[in-house]
Amino acid sequence: MNKKALSAPYVIWIIGGTLIPLALMLYYGLTDGEGSFTLSNILAIGEPGHLKALLTALLLAAVSTLICFLLAFPIAVLLRRVKRAKGLIIFLFLLPMWMNFLLRTMAWQVLLEKGGVINSIISWLGFEKLRLINTPGAVIMGMVYDFLPFMLLPINNAVSKIALSTTEAAYDLGASEMQVVFKVVLPLSVPGIVSGITMVFVPALTTFVISNMLGGGKIYLIGNIIEQEFTVGDNWNLGAGLSIVMMVFILISMLFIAKFDKDVEEDLAI
Amino acid sequence: MNNTKMISRFSLFKRMVLFAIIISMLCTMLSACSSSGDDEDTATVGENGVVYVYNYGDYVDPDVVDMFEEETGIKVIYDTFDTNEEMYPIISSSSVKYDVVGAGDYMVEKMIQNDLLSEINHDNVPNFKYASEMCLEFAEGYDPGNVYSMPYTWGTVGILYNSRNIPDGEITLWSDLWKDKYYDDIMMMDSLRDGLMIPLKILGCSCNTSNEDEISKAADKLIEQKELVYKYATDAIRDLLLNESANIGVIYSGEAIYCQEDDEDMHYVLPEEGSNIWFDTWTIPKVAENKENAEKWINFMYRPDIALKTYEYLHYGTPNVEAEKMIAELYPEDFENPALFPDESLIAKCETYHYLGKETDAIYNKYWKKFKAS
Repeated sequence: MNKKALSAPYVIWIIGGTLIPLALMLYYGLTDGEGSFTLSNILAIGEPGHLKALLTALLLAAVSTLICFLLAFPIAVLLRRVKRAKGLIIFLFLLPMWMNFLLRTMAWQVLLEKGGVINSIISWLGFEKLRLINTPGAVIMGMVYDFLPFMLLPINNAVSKIALSTTEAAYDLGASEMQVVFKVVLPLSVPGIVSGITMVFVPALTTFVISNMLGGGKIYLIGNIIEQEFTVGDNWNLGAGLSIVMMVFILISMLFIAKFDKDVEEDLAI
Repeated sequence: MNNTKMISRFSLFKRMVLFAIIISMLCTMLSACSSSGDDEDTATVGENGVVYVYNYGDYVDPDVVDMFEEETGIKVIYDTFDTNEEMYPIISSSSVKYDVVGAGDYMVEKMIQNDLLSEINHDNVPNFKYASEMCLEFAEGYDPGNVYSMPYTWGTVGILYNSRNIPDGEITLWSDLWKDKYYDDIMMMDSLRDGLMIPLKILGCSCNTSNEDEISKAADKLIEQKELVYKYATDAIRDLLLNESANIGVIYSGEAIYCQEDDEDMHYVLPEEGSNIWFDTWTIPKVAENKENAEKWINFMYRPDIALKTYEYLHYGTPNVEAEKMIAELYPEDFENPALFPDESLIAKCETYHYLGKETDAIYNKYWKKFKAS
């Protein structure tokens, strides 16, 4: 009984925060403006504009996830050996997250605009101003900056859990530094890497704020299309339909990753 | 046996209690949402009641609100939205019962068609006699006879450029924005109607066309220009012009004034192909519960001294002829500025946006998306 009573707030939370909205989305996504059943909102993902936005989103999200990984993994490996200021270093990585993410993205605008800080310095030094903002590069920059902590934390947790004796054993058996990193540390931290990838890839795939703010309205991701359908387009049905497609997409990638994760764990067990 | 039965009955009872608690919590949650307006009502009602105003943020001088409250004893509750598109579902679902709503011209049309507005009793708005001829004429297009709406402000869409970097008078046409020499120096509007209005005007079409061929050509023209454009934005354009991130921007006339106050080298052009002239109006939703107070509000806004204060605060065109006369006396230089008082021959080429209906909206949406995703 006690347990059930304790679970009541969460039951309400799940009903109000997950199930009802999900049901509403399914309703909108699977009906047309008149309320009759249709699959056209789902199939609309195949239209050239939507498909292109989806592919752009996939590409930018994949690149940012990769960059996040390439930044986070070496840090985690290095931090494993740091003894004293480790907590402080992790804290410093997380510190920007104390600020609102819109503000942080706006700060990048201020830095990257043609009349912004970086270009002012460049032109003061006598060089030609660069086109920094409103490019795919700027959007990737924003994604990496905003989502890096989500990659760093799980990888760092996984790496720091690997017992020192494990790597020492590898060294004793004659493994080189590189071999230890790639053949021992990397496979053992796969669970952390997997959750890091999910936590970066999924928000990066669906973002519309970053692409709006740093893409100058020229970079159109699937998230932007969905947002536009709900706001300007006034076509909630299509917006909901495309959101369902995105959810399926994310679900599939998570199942894929979970399977990969499990396979690796089994391999390690053997 | 007996024992276990008792326990299970007991737990069934508890389960039912739990269920009842959940249901009652859900109910209070729901009713809290729907009646939040009423709660405010009793908490902060003025001596002559209350008026719920729903409008753009920072679109009424706070002094004017204070004066209204003081003079009428009506408490003003001012809620804000960012776009008309955001406002519409709130009104159409009547989830909040606002008394007076600021709506753009095309939105007035849409709300009339969907039977969301209540007729304004002109007897209660005697100050409407100050409305200018020009406003009344344009109003014929979206609300003949001003039955449902009364203009609050008006303005145009034009081009603002930095005359330190672009020679004065070099830009007079929309089509100038397609010139290669302005590469990476142009900022365009990131909004569907304004965005497509520009190429439609260049092509000599109405910005209310429902001809798919014309809309498609307009979208192609935007795609052609995309490479030259620094950024598609709305609110950010004025700041980026001021910090010289780019030298040319499509802008609302009121925003142009804001820029000129900071930097007098900013020149506004109302392009010769014609443009959009827009009116923001006051309307009263069907569900309004304080209709007379809403009419008092509108009447107050039409009082010449209040219209003048509004002009001084917002620097948008005023529909009020008496206020215009005062402006001519107080600020004669404003009449030289095309952002404030454009040439009448150019105004004649301007159009208001019309609500085009769901089908045509879908066509615009389709080609806008094609352009955006290109």
